[in-house]
Amino acid sequence: MNEKPDSAFEPRIVAFTCQYCAYAAADLAGTLHRSYPASLRIVRLPCSGKLDALHVLKAFEEGADGVCLMACSEANCHHIDGSRRARQRIRYLQALLKEIGIEPERLAVITATSAMDGGLPQAAAEMTEQVRKLGPSPLAAQRIPSTPKNRFFA
Amino acid sequence: MIVAERKPFAEIQSLVAGRKRVLLLGCGTCVTVCMAGGEKEVGILAAELRMARQLAGEPIETVEDTVQRQCEWEYLDAVADKILAADTVLSLACAIGVQAIAERFPKVRVVPALNTSFLGLPTEHGVWKERCQACGNCLLGKTGGICPVARCSKSLMNGPCGGSQGGKCEVNPDIDCGWQLIYDRLSALGELDTLLEIEPPRDWRTSRDGGPRKIVREDLRQ
Repeated sequence: MNEKPDSAFEPRIVAFTCQYCAYAAADLAGTLHRSYPASLRIVRLPCSGKLDALHVLKAFEEGADGVCLMACSEANCHHIDGSRRARQRIRYLQALLKEIGIEPERLAVITATSAMDGGLPQAAAEMTEQVRKLGPSPLAAQRIPSTPKNRFFA
Repeated sequence: MIVAERKPFAEIQSLVAGRKRVLLLGCGTCVTVCMAGGEKEVGILAAELRMARQLAGEPIETVEDTVQRQCEWEYLDAVADKILAADTVLSLACAIGVQAIAERFPKVRVVPALNTSFLGLPTEHGVWKERCQACGNCLLGKTGGICPVARCSKSLMNGPCGGSQGGKCEVNPDIDCGWQLIYDRLSALGELDTLLEIEPPRDWRTSRDGGPRKIVREDLRQ
Protein backbone atom coordinates (compact mmCIF):
# COMPACT_ATOMS: atom_id res chain seq x y z
CA MET A 1 0.00 0.00 0.00
CA ASN A 2 1.25 3.50 -0.80
CA GLU A 3 1.80 5.49 2.38
CA LYS A 4 0.98 8.75 0.67
CA PRO A 5 -2.02 8.47 -1.62
CA ASP A 6 -1.42 10.02 -5.00
CA SER A 7 -4.33 12.40 -5.47
CA ALA A 8 -3.63 12.52 -9.21
CA PHE A 9 -4.08 8.78 -9.46
CA GLU A 10 -7.49 8.01 -10.92
CA PRO A 11 -8.34 4.38 -10.14
CA ARG A 12 -10.04 2.13 -12.64
CA ILE A 13 -12.85 0.34 -10.86
CA VAL A 14 -15.12 -2.25 -12.42
CA ALA A 15 -18.55 -2.04 -10.81
CA PHE A 16 -20.75 -5.08 -11.27
CA THR A 17 -24.26 -3.78 -10.73
CA CYS A 18 -27.55 -5.55 -10.16
CA GLN A 19 -30.07 -4.20 -12.66
CA TYR A 20 -32.75 -3.94 -9.98
CA CYS A 21 -30.87 -1.67 -7.60
CA ALA A 22 -27.48 -0.13 -8.43
CA TYR A 23 -27.93 -0.03 -12.18
CA ALA A 24 -31.28 1.68 -11.73
CA ALA A 25 -29.70 3.99 -9.12
CA ALA A 26 -26.98 4.97 -11.60
CA ASP A 27 -29.69 5.66 -14.15
CA LEU A 28 -31.56 7.78 -11.61
CA ALA A 29 -28.39 9.67 -10.69
CA GLY A 30 -27.95 10.49 -14.37
CA THR A 31 -31.55 11.65 -14.73
CA LEU A 32 -31.08 13.91 -11.72
CA HIS A 33 -27.80 15.23 -13.14
CA ARG A 34 -25.80 14.04 -10.17
CA SER A 35 -22.22 13.24 -11.01
CA TYR A 36 -20.22 10.29 -9.81
CA PRO A 37 -16.52 9.51 -10.27
CA ALA A 38 -15.38 8.61 -13.75
CA SER A 39 -13.35 5.82 -12.16
CA LEU A 40 -16.36 3.50 -12.33
CA ARG A 41 -16.80 1.11 -15.28
CA ILE A 42 -20.31 -0.18 -14.84
CA VAL A 43 -21.21 -3.73 -15.87
CA ARG A 44 -24.88 -4.58 -15.67
CA LEU A 45 -25.93 -7.94 -14.26
CA PRO A 46 -29.44 -9.42 -14.21
CA CYS A 47 -28.87 -10.09 -10.49
CA SER A 48 -25.83 -9.75 -8.24
CA GLY A 49 -26.05 -13.54 -7.92
CA LYS A 50 -24.91 -13.74 -11.54
CA LEU A 51 -21.49 -12.48 -10.52
CA ASP A 52 -18.97 -15.16 -11.35
CA ALA A 53 -15.58 -15.57 -9.70
CA LEU A 54 -14.05 -15.57 -13.18
CA HIS A 55 -15.55 -12.11 -13.93
CA VAL A 56 -13.80 -10.63 -10.91
CA LEU A 57 -10.47 -12.36 -11.50
CA LYS A 58 -10.54 -11.33 -15.16
CA ALA A 59 -11.06 -7.70 -14.19
CA PHE A 60 -8.06 -7.78 -11.85
CA GLU A 61 -5.98 -9.66 -14.37
CA GLU A 62 -6.69 -7.00 -16.96
CA GLY A 63 -5.45 -4.33 -14.61
CA ALA A 64 -8.45 -3.12 -12.63
CA ASP A 65 -7.35 -1.22 -9.51
CA GLY A 66 -10.56 -2.19 -7.76
CA VAL A 67 -13.72 -4.17 -8.28
CA CYS A 68 -16.99 -3.63 -6.51
CA LEU A 69 -20.26 -5.44 -6.47
CA MET A 70 -23.30 -3.23 -6.08
CA ALA A 71 -26.07 -5.45 -4.82
CA CYS A 72 -29.51 -5.27 -3.23
CA SER A 73 -29.70 -5.84 0.51
CA GLU A 74 -29.88 -9.54 1.28
CA ALA A 75 -33.53 -9.24 2.33
CA ASN A 76 -34.54 -7.44 -0.85
CA CYS A 77 -33.11 -9.61 -3.62
CA HIS A 78 -35.52 -10.11 -6.54
CA HIS A 79 -34.14 -13.60 -6.91
CA ILE A 80 -34.36 -14.30 -3.17
CA ASP A 81 -30.86 -15.73 -2.67
CA GLY A 82 -28.79 -13.95 -5.31
CA SER A 83 -27.44 -11.16 -3.15
CA ARG A 84 -26.54 -13.49 -0.28
CA ARG A 85 -24.75 -15.89 -2.60
CA ALA A 86 -22.89 -13.06 -4.32
CA ARG A 87 -21.63 -11.81 -0.96
CA GLN A 88 -20.42 -15.32 -0.08
CA ARG A 89 -18.59 -15.38 -3.41
CA ILE A 90 -16.99 -12.00 -2.67
CA ARG A 91 -15.65 -13.26 0.67
CA TYR A 92 -14.23 -16.33 -1.10
CA LEU A 93 -12.63 -14.10 -3.73
CA GLN A 94 -11.13 -11.77 -1.14
CA ALA A 95 -9.33 -14.79 0.32
CA LEU A 96 -8.10 -15.77 -3.15
CA LEU A 97 -6.79 -12.25 -3.80
CA LYS A 98 -4.86 -12.36 -0.54
CA GLU A 99 -3.24 -15.64 -1.60
CA ILE A 100 -2.28 -14.13 -4.94
CA GLY A 101 -0.74 -11.05 -3.32
CA ILE A 102 -3.42 -8.48 -4.10
CA GLU A 103 -4.96 -6.46 -1.25
CA PRO A 104 -8.44 -7.90 -0.55
CA GLU A 105 -9.65 -4.34 0.16
CA ARG A 106 -9.58 -3.75 -3.60
CA LEU A 107 -12.75 -5.87 -3.78
CA ALA A 108 -15.83 -4.60 -1.98
CA VAL A 109 -19.59 -4.97 -1.78
CA ILE A 110 -21.82 -1.91 -1.78
CA THR A 111 -25.45 -2.36 -0.80
CA ALA A 112 -27.68 -0.36 -3.12
CA THR A 113 -31.32 0.45 -3.76
CA SER A 114 -32.91 1.81 -6.91
CA ALA A 115 -34.07 4.89 -4.97
CA MET A 116 -30.60 5.99 -3.78
CA ASP A 117 -30.27 9.01 -6.01
CA GLY A 118 -27.47 10.57 -3.98
CA GLY A 119 -26.31 7.37 -2.35
CA LEU A 120 -24.76 5.79 -5.38
CA PRO A 121 -22.51 8.74 -6.29
CA GLN A 122 -21.44 8.87 -2.65
CA ALA A 123 -20.74 5.12 -2.47
CA ALA A 124 -18.82 5.36 -5.74
CA ALA A 125 -16.76 8.24 -4.36
CA GLU A 126 -15.99 6.29 -1.16
CA MET A 127 -14.92 3.23 -3.13
CA THR A 128 -12.76 5.39 -5.38
CA GLU A 129 -11.13 6.97 -2.34
CA GLN A 130 -10.52 3.56 -0.73
CA VAL A 131 -8.79 2.30 -3.87
CA ARG A 132 -6.91 5.55 -4.34
CA LYS A 133 -5.38 5.07 -0.90
CA LEU A 134 -4.21 1.61 -1.92
CA GLY A 135 -2.60 3.01 -5.06
CA PRO A 136 -2.50 1.41 -8.50
CA SER A 137 -2.98 -2.33 -8.72
CA PRO A 138 0.38 -4.10 -8.78
CA LEU A 139 -0.85 -5.82 -11.93
CA ALA A 140 -1.99 -2.66 -13.69
CA ALA A 141 1.48 -1.77 -14.92
CA GLN A 142 2.20 -5.18 -16.36
CA ARG A 143 -0.54 -6.54 -18.56
CA ILE A 144 -0.38 -10.32 -18.55
CA PRO A 145 0.64 -11.66 -21.98
CA SER A 146 -1.70 -14.66 -22.07
CA THR A 147 -4.73 -12.57 -21.17
CA PRO A 148 -7.30 -12.50 -23.94
CA LYS A 149 -8.31 -9.23 -25.53
CA ASN A 150 -8.87 -6.47 -23.01
CA ARG A 151 -12.57 -5.89 -22.76
CA PHE A 152 -12.97 -3.58 -19.79
CA PHE A 153 -10.38 -0.96 -20.61
CA ALA A 154 -10.27 -0.83 -24.40
CA MET B 1 -19.05 -39.57 -6.47
CA ILE B 2 -15.37 -39.13 -5.75
CA VAL B 3 -15.14 -36.02 -3.58
CA ALA B 4 -12.03 -33.87 -3.71
CA GLU B 5 -10.96 -30.42 -2.60
CA ARG B 6 -8.33 -28.08 -3.89
CA LYS B 7 -4.89 -28.09 -2.35
CA PRO B 8 -3.71 -24.87 -0.67
CA PHE B 9 -2.59 -22.35 -3.28
CA ALA B 10 0.94 -22.17 -1.84
CA GLU B 11 1.37 -25.93 -2.31
CA ILE B 12 0.10 -25.75 -5.90
CA GLN B 13 2.52 -22.91 -6.58
CA SER B 14 5.40 -24.98 -5.26
CA LEU B 15 4.40 -27.91 -7.50
CA VAL B 16 4.73 -25.73 -10.61
CA ALA B 17 7.63 -23.58 -9.36
CA GLY B 18 10.02 -22.74 -12.16
CA ARG B 19 7.71 -24.22 -14.81
CA LYS B 20 6.88 -21.84 -17.64
CA ARG B 21 4.23 -23.59 -19.69
CA VAL B 22 1.60 -25.41 -17.67
CA LEU B 23 -1.50 -27.23 -18.86
CA LEU B 24 -4.30 -27.05 -16.31
CA LEU B 25 -6.46 -30.05 -17.08
CA GLY B 26 -9.86 -30.37 -15.45
CA CYS B 27 -12.19 -33.34 -15.31
CA GLY B 28 -15.85 -33.15 -16.29
CA THR B 29 -17.20 -35.81 -13.98
CA CYS B 30 -17.01 -36.19 -10.17
CA VAL B 31 -14.76 -33.20 -9.43
CA THR B 32 -16.91 -30.95 -11.60
CA VAL B 33 -19.97 -31.90 -9.55
CA CYS B 34 -18.15 -31.35 -6.25
CA MET B 35 -16.84 -28.05 -7.62
CA ALA B 36 -13.17 -28.80 -7.15
CA GLY B 37 -11.76 -29.48 -10.61
CA GLY B 38 -14.19 -28.65 -13.42
CA GLU B 39 -13.94 -26.09 -16.19
CA LYS B 40 -14.68 -23.18 -13.86
CA GLU B 41 -12.16 -24.22 -11.22
CA VAL B 42 -9.55 -24.61 -13.97
CA GLY B 43 -10.24 -21.02 -15.04
CA ILE B 44 -10.02 -19.69 -11.50
CA LEU B 45 -6.78 -21.50 -10.67
CA ALA B 46 -5.20 -20.52 -14.00
CA ALA B 47 -6.03 -16.85 -13.37
CA GLU B 48 -4.64 -17.07 -9.83
CA LEU B 49 -1.41 -18.66 -11.02
CA ARG B 50 -0.93 -16.14 -13.82
CA MET B 51 -1.43 -13.19 -11.48
CA ALA B 52 0.71 -14.58 -8.64
CA ARG B 53 3.55 -15.45 -10.99
CA GLN B 54 3.33 -12.09 -12.74
CA LEU B 55 3.60 -10.33 -9.40
CA ALA B 56 6.60 -12.50 -8.54
CA GLY B 57 8.29 -11.46 -11.80
CA GLU B 58 8.15 -15.02 -13.15
CA PRO B 59 5.36 -15.05 -15.75
CA ILE B 60 3.73 -18.36 -16.51
CA GLU B 61 1.93 -19.44 -19.65
CA THR B 62 -1.20 -21.40 -18.90
CA VAL B 63 -3.25 -23.58 -21.21
CA GLU B 64 -6.69 -24.61 -19.98
CA ASP B 65 -8.75 -27.61 -20.95
CA THR B 66 -11.25 -29.98 -19.36
CA VAL B 67 -11.93 -33.51 -20.55
CA GLN B 68 -15.04 -35.51 -19.82
CA ARG B 69 -13.17 -38.11 -17.75
CA GLN B 70 -9.48 -38.04 -16.91
CA CYS B 71 -9.71 -41.61 -15.59
CA GLU B 72 -9.99 -43.08 -19.11
CA TRP B 73 -7.11 -42.96 -21.54
CA GLU B 74 -9.28 -42.38 -24.61
CA TYR B 75 -10.33 -38.99 -23.25
CA LEU B 76 -6.70 -38.09 -22.55
CA ASP B 77 -5.67 -39.11 -26.07
CA ALA B 78 -8.00 -36.41 -27.40
CA VAL B 79 -5.84 -33.73 -25.75
CA ALA B 80 -2.48 -35.49 -26.22
CA ASP B 81 -1.06 -32.55 -28.20
CA LYS B 82 -1.62 -30.18 -25.30
CA ILE B 83 -0.31 -32.67 -22.74
CA LEU B 84 2.88 -33.27 -24.71
CA ALA B 85 3.47 -29.55 -25.33
CA ALA B 86 3.34 -28.65 -21.62
CA ASP B 87 6.36 -28.75 -19.36
CA THR B 88 4.01 -29.71 -16.51
CA VAL B 89 0.42 -30.91 -16.46
CA LEU B 90 -1.44 -29.60 -13.41
CA SER B 91 -4.32 -32.03 -13.07
CA LEU B 92 -7.52 -30.91 -11.39
CA ALA B 93 -8.88 -34.45 -11.44
CA CYS B 94 -8.94 -36.96 -8.61
CA ALA B 95 -5.79 -39.01 -8.02
CA ILE B 96 -7.00 -41.54 -10.59
CA GLY B 97 -6.89 -38.89 -13.30
CA VAL B 98 -3.39 -37.82 -12.27
CA GLN B 99 -2.18 -41.42 -12.46
CA ALA B 100 -3.99 -42.04 -15.75
CA ILE B 101 -1.93 -39.21 -17.26
CA ALA B 102 1.29 -40.53 -15.69
CA GLU B 103 0.65 -44.01 -17.10
CA ARG B 104 -0.41 -42.89 -20.56
CA PHE B 105 2.35 -40.30 -21.00
CA PRO B 106 5.47 -41.71 -19.32
CA LYS B 107 7.66 -38.70 -20.15
CA VAL B 108 5.20 -36.03 -19.04
CA ARG B 109 5.48 -34.41 -15.62
CA VAL B 110 2.05 -34.39 -13.98
CA VAL B 111 1.20 -32.96 -10.55
CA PRO B 112 -2.09 -32.84 -8.60
CA ALA B 113 -3.97 -29.66 -7.78
CA LEU B 114 -6.51 -31.52 -5.64
CA ASN B 115 -6.58 -33.72 -2.58
CA THR B 116 -8.84 -36.70 -3.26
CA SER B 117 -10.89 -36.94 -0.10
CA PHE B 118 -13.51 -39.68 -0.13
CA LEU B 119 -16.48 -41.35 -1.82
CA GLY B 120 -19.56 -39.48 -0.79
CA LEU B 121 -22.49 -37.26 -1.62
CA PRO B 122 -23.62 -33.66 -1.20
CA THR B 123 -26.03 -33.36 1.73
CA GLU B 124 -26.62 -29.64 1.20
CA HIS B 125 -25.12 -26.89 -0.96
CA GLY B 126 -21.41 -26.79 -0.23
CA VAL B 127 -21.37 -29.82 2.10
CA TRP B 128 -20.17 -33.29 1.11
CA LYS B 129 -20.09 -36.33 3.38
CA GLU B 130 -18.41 -39.71 3.16
CA ARG B 131 -20.62 -42.71 2.46
CA CYS B 132 -18.38 -45.51 1.13
CA GLN B 133 -14.87 -46.81 1.71
CA ALA B 134 -14.88 -49.20 -1.28
CA CYS B 135 -14.27 -52.24 0.97
CA GLY B 136 -15.17 -54.56 -1.89
CA ASN B 137 -17.79 -56.59 -0.03
CA CYS B 138 -20.96 -54.55 0.39
CA LEU B 139 -23.09 -55.37 3.41
CA LEU B 140 -25.65 -52.57 3.08
CA GLY B 141 -28.33 -55.28 2.60
CA LYS B 142 -27.91 -56.26 6.26
CA THR B 143 -27.68 -52.78 7.74
CA GLY B 144 -30.69 -50.97 6.36
CA GLY B 145 -28.73 -49.22 3.62
CA ILE B 146 -26.35 -47.46 6.03
CA CYS B 147 -22.71 -48.45 5.87
CA PRO B 148 -21.01 -49.39 9.15
CA VAL B 149 -17.60 -49.41 7.44
CA ALA B 150 -17.85 -45.80 6.29
CA ARG B 151 -20.18 -44.32 8.89
CA CYS B 152 -18.91 -45.92 12.09
CA SER B 153 -15.61 -44.34 13.09
CA LYS B 154 -14.33 -47.77 14.15
CA SER B 155 -15.92 -49.63 11.22
CA LEU B 156 -17.51 -51.99 13.74
CA MET B 157 -19.46 -54.94 12.37
CA ASN B 158 -21.54 -55.32 15.55
CA GLY B 159 -22.23 -51.92 17.00
CA PRO B 160 -22.72 -49.56 18.59
CA CYS B 161 -19.78 -49.25 20.93
CA GLY B 162 -19.76 -47.60 24.36
CA GLY B 163 -18.69 -44.32 22.80
CA SER B 164 -22.12 -43.75 21.28
CA GLN B 165 -23.84 -41.04 23.32
CA GLY B 166 -27.13 -39.42 22.39
CA GLY B 167 -26.79 -40.66 18.83
CA LYS B 168 -23.37 -39.06 18.42
CA CYS B 169 -19.89 -40.53 18.08
CA GLU B 170 -17.24 -40.12 20.76
CA VAL B 171 -14.72 -39.21 18.07
CA ASN B 172 -16.53 -35.95 17.37
CA PRO B 173 -19.97 -34.73 18.50
CA ASP B 174 -20.60 -33.54 14.93
CA ILE B 175 -20.50 -37.15 13.71
CA ASP B 176 -23.68 -39.20 13.90
CA CYS B 177 -23.16 -42.64 15.40
CA GLY B 178 -23.35 -44.95 12.37
CA TRP B 179 -24.82 -47.77 14.41
CA GLN B 180 -27.48 -45.49 15.92
CA LEU B 181 -28.46 -44.60 12.35
CA ILE B 182 -28.57 -48.30 11.45
CA TYR B 183 -30.70 -49.08 14.53
CA ASP B 184 -33.13 -46.24 13.79
CA ARG B 185 -33.44 -47.23 10.16
CA LEU B 186 -33.98 -50.94 10.84
CA SER B 187 -36.48 -49.98 13.52
CA ALA B 188 -38.42 -47.86 11.02
CA LEU B 189 -38.35 -50.73 8.54
CA GLY B 190 -39.54 -53.22 11.18
CA GLU B 191 -36.37 -55.26 10.69
CA LEU B 192 -34.70 -54.89 14.09
CA ASP B 193 -34.43 -58.67 14.39
CA THR B 194 -31.67 -58.44 11.76
CA LEU B 195 -29.43 -57.11 14.52
CA LEU B 196 -29.80 -60.34 16.53
CA GLU B 197 -27.52 -62.01 14.04
CA ILE B 198 -23.86 -61.69 15.04
CA GLU B 199 -21.66 -60.62 12.15
CA PRO B 200 -18.45 -62.71 12.15
CA PRO B 201 -14.99 -61.13 11.79
CA ARG B 202 -14.74 -59.62 8.35
CA ASP B 203 -12.44 -60.76 5.56
CA TRP B 204 -10.69 -57.52 4.68
CA ARG B 205 -8.79 -59.03 1.76
CA THR B 206 -11.42 -57.54 -0.55
CA SER B 207 -10.45 -54.17 0.89
CA ARG B 208 -6.91 -52.74 1.06
CA ASP B 209 -5.56 -55.68 3.09
CA GLY B 210 -5.24 -57.71 -0.12
CA GLY B 211 -2.99 -55.11 -1.79
CA PRO B 212 -3.94 -53.13 -4.92
CA ARG B 213 -7.14 -54.56 -6.32
CA LYS B 214 -8.25 -55.36 -9.83
CA ILE B 215 -11.36 -56.68 -11.51
CA VAL B 216 -11.16 -58.84 -14.61
CA ARG B 217 -14.23 -59.53 -16.72
CA GLU B 218 -13.32 -62.26 -19.19
CA ASP B 219 -16.61 -61.71 -21.05
CA LEU B 220 -15.54 -58.15 -21.86
CA ARG B 221 -11.82 -58.63 -22.28
CA GLN B 222 -10.29 -58.38 -25.73
